[in-house]
Amino acid sequence: MKYSALNLVRNALTGNRNWTPAWRSPEPAREYDVVIVGGGGHGLATAYYLAKEHGIRRVAVLEKGWIGGGNTGRNTTIVRSNYLWTEASLLYEKSMQLWEGLSQDLNYNVMFSQRGVYNLGHTLQDMRDIERRVSANRLNGIDAEVVTAAQLKTAIPYLDTSPDARYPILGASLQRRAGVARHDAVAWGFARAADSLGVDIIEQCEVTAIRTEQGGVSAVETTRGTIRAGKVGVVVAGNASVLASMAGLRLPVESHPLQAFVSEPLKPVLDTVVMSNAVHGYVSQSDKGELVIGAGIDAYLGYGQRGSFPTIEHTMEAIITLFPIFSRVRMLRLWGGIVDVCPDACPIISKTPVAGLYFNCGWGTGGFKATPGSGWTFAHTIAQDRPHELNAPFDLERFTTGALIDEHGAAAVAH
Amino acid sequence: MLLIKCPWCGERAETEFSYGGEAGITRPRDPDALSDAEWADYLFNRTNPRGAHEELWNHAHGCRRWFGAERDTVSYVIARTYKLGS
Amino acid sequence: MQINRLSQGGRIDRSKPLGFRFNGKRYQGFAGDTLASALLANGVLLVSRSFKLHRPRGIVAAGSDEPNAIVQVGSGASTIPNLRATEVELYDGLKARSTKGWPGLRFDIAALNDRFSPLLGAGFYYKTFMRPKAFWKHYERFIRASAGFGAAPQRTDPDRYEHCNAHCDVLVAGAGPAGLMAALVAARSGARVIVADEQNEFGGALLSASATIDGQPAPDWVATVVAELSGYEDVTVLPRSTVFGYHDHNFLTLAERCTDHIGERVQGVRQRLWRVRAKQVVLAQGAFERPLVFCNNDRPGVMTASAVSTYIRRYAVCPGKRAVVFTNNDSAYETALDLRASGATVIVIDSRSGGAGALGAAVRKEGITVLAAHVVTDVTGRRKVAGVRVAQWSGDVTARVENTIRIDCDLLAVSGGWSPAVHLHSHSGGKNVWEESLHCFVPGETAQACVSAGSGNGKWALDACLRDGRDAGAAVASRCGFEAAEVPLPSASDTAVNEMQPLWRVPAVKDPDRCPKQFVDYQNDTSVADIRLAVREGYRNVEHVKRYTALGFGTDQGKLGNINGMAILAECLDEDIKDVGTTTFRPAYTPVTFGVGAGENVGELLDPVRKTAIHEWHEQHGAPFEVVGQWHRPWYFPRGDEDLHAAVARECLATRNSVGIMDASTLGKIDAQGPDVVEFLERIYTHNVGKMKVGRCAYGIMLGEDGMVMDDGVMARLAENRFYLTTTTGGAAPVLAWLETWLQTEWPELEVYLTSLTETYSTIAVAGPNSRRVLQNAGCSIDLERESFPFMSVRSANLAGIPVQLFRVSFSGELAFEVNIDSRYAEQMWRLLMQAGQEFDITPYGTETMHVLRAEKGFVIVGQDTDGSVTPVDLGMNWMLSKDKDYLGKRSLARKDCLREDRKQLVGLLSEDGKTVLPEGTQLVDDTGAPIPVPMCGHVTSSYFSACLGHPIALALVAGGRARRDETTFAAMQDGTRVPVRIVSSVFYDAKGERQNV
Repeated sequence: MKYSALNLVRNALTGNRNWTPAWRSPEPAREYDVVIVGGGGHGLATAYYLAKEHGIRRVAVLEKGWIGGGNTGRNTTIVRSNYLWTEASLLYEKSMQLWEGLSQDLNYNVMFSQRGVYNLGHTLQDMRDIERRVSANRLNGIDAEVVTAAQLKTAIPYLDTSPDARYPILGASLQRRAGVARHDAVAWGFARAADSLGVDIIEQCEVTAIRTEQGGVSAVETTRGTIRAGKVGVVVAGNASVLASMAGLRLPVESHPLQAFVSEPLKPVLDTVVMSNAVHGYVSQSDKGELVIGAGIDAYLGYGQRGSFPTIEHTMEAIITLFPIFSRVRMLRLWGGIVDVCPDACPIISKTPVAGLYFNCGWGTGGFKATPGSGWTFAHTIAQDRPHELNAPFDLERFTTGALIDEHGAAAVAH
Repeated sequence: MLLIKCPWCGERAETEFSYGGEAGITRPRDPDALSDAEWADYLFNRTNPRGAHEELWNHAHGCRRWFGAERDTVSYVIARTYKLGS
Repeated sequence: MQINRLSQGGRIDRSKPLGFRFNGKRYQGFAGDTLASALLANGVLLVSRSFKLHRPRGIVAAGSDEPNAIVQVGSGASTIPNLRATEVELYDGLKARSTKGWPGLRFDIAALNDRFSPLLGAGFYYKTFMRPKAFWKHYERFIRASAGFGAAPQRTDPDRYEHCNAHCDVLVAGAGPAGLMAALVAARSGARVIVADEQNEFGGALLSASATIDGQPAPDWVATVVAELSGYEDVTVLPRSTVFGYHDHNFLTLAERCTDHIGERVQGVRQRLWRVRAKQVVLAQGAFERPLVFCNNDRPGVMTASAVSTYIRRYAVCPGKRAVVFTNNDSAYETALDLRASGATVIVIDSRSGGAGALGAAVRKEGITVLAAHVVTDVTGRRKVAGVRVAQWSGDVTARVENTIRIDCDLLAVSGGWSPAVHLHSHSGGKNVWEESLHCFVPGETAQACVSAGSGNGKWALDACLRDGRDAGAAVASRCGFEAAEVPLPSASDTAVNEMQPLWRVPAVKDPDRCPKQFVDYQNDTSVADIRLAVREGYRNVEHVKRYTALGFGTDQGKLGNINGMAILAECLDEDIKDVGTTTFRPAYTPVTFGVGAGENVGELLDPVRKTAIHEWHEQHGAPFEVVGQWHRPWYFPRGDEDLHAAVARECLATRNSVGIMDASTLGKIDAQGPDVVEFLERIYTHNVGKMKVGRCAYGIMLGEDGMVMDDGVMARLAENRFYLTTTTGGAAPVLAWLETWLQTEWPELEVYLTSLTETYSTIAVAGPNSRRVLQNAGCSIDLERESFPFMSVRSANLAGIPVQLFRVSFSGELAFEVNIDSRYAEQMWRLLMQAGQEFDITPYGTETMHVLRAEKGFVIVGQDTDGSVTPVDLGMNWMLSKDKDYLGKRSLARKDCLREDRKQLVGLLSEDGKTVLPEGTQLVDDTGAPIPVPMCGHVTSSYFSACLGHPIALALVAGGRARRDETTFAAMQDGTRVPVRIVSSVFYDAKGERQNV
């Protein structure tokens, strides 16, 4: 059923009893053309674009829990494309362009709110890096500007821009098209749209083994039986290494806890997104009124979806230092996800030595913003058995050749 | 916050330590004899297991010694810590 | 007028009246009141509006489970948003207001939402506001404005917060009957105990209980136990302290509220974070009473039965005169008795056909009517309860019912049974299991060293709670290695109860999608119809339902409504509740301020500031400071009203023409010695360390294993087996850690000792053609002439009578000396050198001039001219790379990508107009007409106006740059213009290096 104001009224008049499921819950078929492992935003987007862009509709998305239950439902919803290196910024900009029409494309309001993202600079070196990144962004056709401390004071009145601050704010980069989106809606919207194109979304279905024949993938074993497929795309965020080991592969990723927290809902007090690498914090305010705040990653490996409390303390210190008025605001809830981090803070969207097996992982702290672009390029890679030019630099081979794309500067704390 | 037993100093809070990643990765004796792929495996690939993990910790704000630990990456329970080479 | 205040009883102090304001109106309460009890005493029922539908709402609960009474307390910088009125202790002069309702609480325009509620079902916003596309930002502005509760203060928090660390044998969370017994046993066993409770007084439910313990009123027993506990030296008693998080390895976090109950702007620490590492934990946080779910169950005047009892017994407030008690279990019968004793009329509606056990008889004895096998289906009244509609009910949940009776009332006390507070158990990693006989989730197997006790463990009766607490206390004490003390079980009255009847959704006269709203989660307006809609639309997992309907997303985090919601979900799915499961609880148990989480470490205490030993002199001479990591370094030394550029030009010229002096103390310094030090350093640095002679210095770079430049600095060989290493300012700590890591983990066979000297020694650089004469003027014990003290060598000496380590190195390209000196004498030495240099107009300079001077010479700064993706080959330092040995990172340099000819390489740039100082960071393009995306060939890493050369200079990383000497490329300026620049050598000044070698 199409989502529209008109249908909302119609259904209201009939007790909302005629709404249909956003996606079916089919039994898995014995065979598909493509099996996508992982029902997060990236996996669902991949399935959607496989069906929509490449006409491949015999597709299953296998999710061990509930869709959108991993990092898709645990992130701080920031969307931006102002990366440093051309390779990364073009990939994220592709994503940004898809975001800009996503609600209409999916017929599901993902509440993409282009309220701008400020990346603060606190030192002369921060400002050099900002200048360099903004300059590169503009040449790549990505909107970006350098703003001064005085402009920040007007734009974000409660930000402490005093020159005697511990880390005084010297300026910032601003991407106006950047912003936030409603994370759950992204998973649900892609699921609904993919389902309507014939994709089977199968929840509570955990992959336990990857079968190969003659050097190529042939099937996956799951808790709901064997499912045959000549192509398998794995996009399971923090669990990438676990799935890779099923196919005898080793990956250059490590899985860490990443925490975030929200405050109680407040009246509007922050109209944009503010990030600071130097003092390690970033914050925005959700439409519901909660301050949504991301912490840094915990240093140790962790699949526990929880981290250590001192990490949260440090983040609160940073937020109060940036916004002294938030000291009396209260944290409502904190949680953690598992992020798989690459040595160069860039993702892997790649073929593997196993024919028909594709991996999409290593997004670290920055996967949410890439959801549509990641799905779009991964779908292309799977459908054509070769990467799109946008994701070609993000293959596994780069770790052998040394052609890393070091985005630590742009990604530093987390996003 | 983890409670970590430094083999020299005893149990201390996690904030006294720094993490050193997977233990047991030995630097190749003759790097020039390795292919680029083999060198990349040493440089970047990690076991990254879900479950028992042998890893390195440094008592950075204490005795500054490195030591080994076996920790579960899901439950975070530390089964043991040990002096390197023991 | 405190119209609902009882003339006697309660734990309030009637001799201490307290004035307060709510929504601008003056009221009076008493010491011992909460804001909620005081409002109820004054007959204020309407306290808020709901989040989405803006329905009028009143106080429902008496503790941290309150969903409705969310208020803003205080004003100005010390205002506090989103407090629950039930948790705000009253003080004289307290000001509070509702956080919802515009223009006012009684008349709220957005209450129209309620009229359109069929349009505003779960997830409605996902289905609309999509067109026109550009309009979302306008919709959003409207949505944002109508969302949120309280407001953040608009000024900086004036209060202080602190952290404190504690260790104990036993931490007891919750000081009700079970917690107190557990603490008592553990304390008597000799354990170190911390017992914490979120309330101002210990006792929990006992403070409002009618029961007796050991023959005395329950609160008296509490007082006795608390007195004993307080007497132990090793017992810490923490009221107003919420255990809000149970983390790994038995680490728990407590937030203690020290002053909020006294008033605003009170001296002292406002809140304290206790970071507790406990050997054992007793979880005894009690249980929450569930409301019942029926039509219009959110009207002001509908309260949980236990809350009504609490207001009557603890606060001497009877919230109504004509009460209906609606229950599916025995506990609410106590409330009926409490109401009766307060003079209210009471009718009990019991869903069970058999009614209550022993309490049933007690109630009837008081002449209270009990309607068994009946349910309340609907509530009349809008801003407050006017009456209830009651129907007979057979116990069939799917049945439609017919209303047969209407009862006028002004208070409806409801009880749907109890849910243990399993939150902390869940934080600790323990699972919660559905206990069918109790109709609730109870703590399952523990994941850490803890035990649950009391009603939090599914023990409802008082004697059972006391026993459970005693057993828990004994268990944890003995686990800690103590012999558990024998503590006799206090005798408590025990009443026979009849089993509760599960009743998750009261049948209505219409079907659940069309009947008036049956609320499950009050704060978010989540109703039965919303849950049904979610399931209908395929959101079947409990987490999906939670996220789609916002069930449990309120500030009470579902304490009140979650279990009902999950049971209703189970009904929709036709599954058992145990299979539906529960959502995961996350810290914080109740919200905690960012302030207490951050403690003292905010503002200027966010990060330590490091200052050099000469800092004061710089300050006295007007230097602005540059923040470099934790260090504050003098940036430049303005004379008069000079700006940065004027000062730097003067400092540069002075240094090149005569002599300058700079404080280089922040450079990292490491003493490395031991029999294997040469072998060790050979493996770390790229050059041949072994070839260095004693007394000589060398420039060294170290690479990461990925072949990228990690750090650089001058090293000196002080003796056969002793080196003095310097690092960049930012590299001091990481480099030492890096060296130690290799020594300890990879090469333990090497005997090398590393010591940081960064703060032990200060470094004063004296640079310029007159530098030698300055040192001679100061009185130097050694011959400074070239023949005996050549460039790149090191000597021990006495300078002005003070022992120093003297380096003849140069970061400016001039004749220069670096004086390394014990930091205690550094400032004195600085002054002596200033004096000695007076005749040459010795000029202090800061980091900016240092940068210009080194850029003129093409010396790189790691971290500015490199970014972690630059190899030594890219920097043109092939000569630094030994071919005779292996070193860290060497193998990586042979990878395909590192051998590319078109890698970005360090070059110099000159603006062709001879004027433009390129902004650092500016990207370079070759094709000025290229369409977007424009290919970039490099970027500017350093850029200055060189006063000495009379034109701007820049360093840049340019693809294949070394082969492009004298070619033109273009700097892409922010304003869109393209400035032509010529690629030149990175050495702009004294290319042959003669000036430093004189």
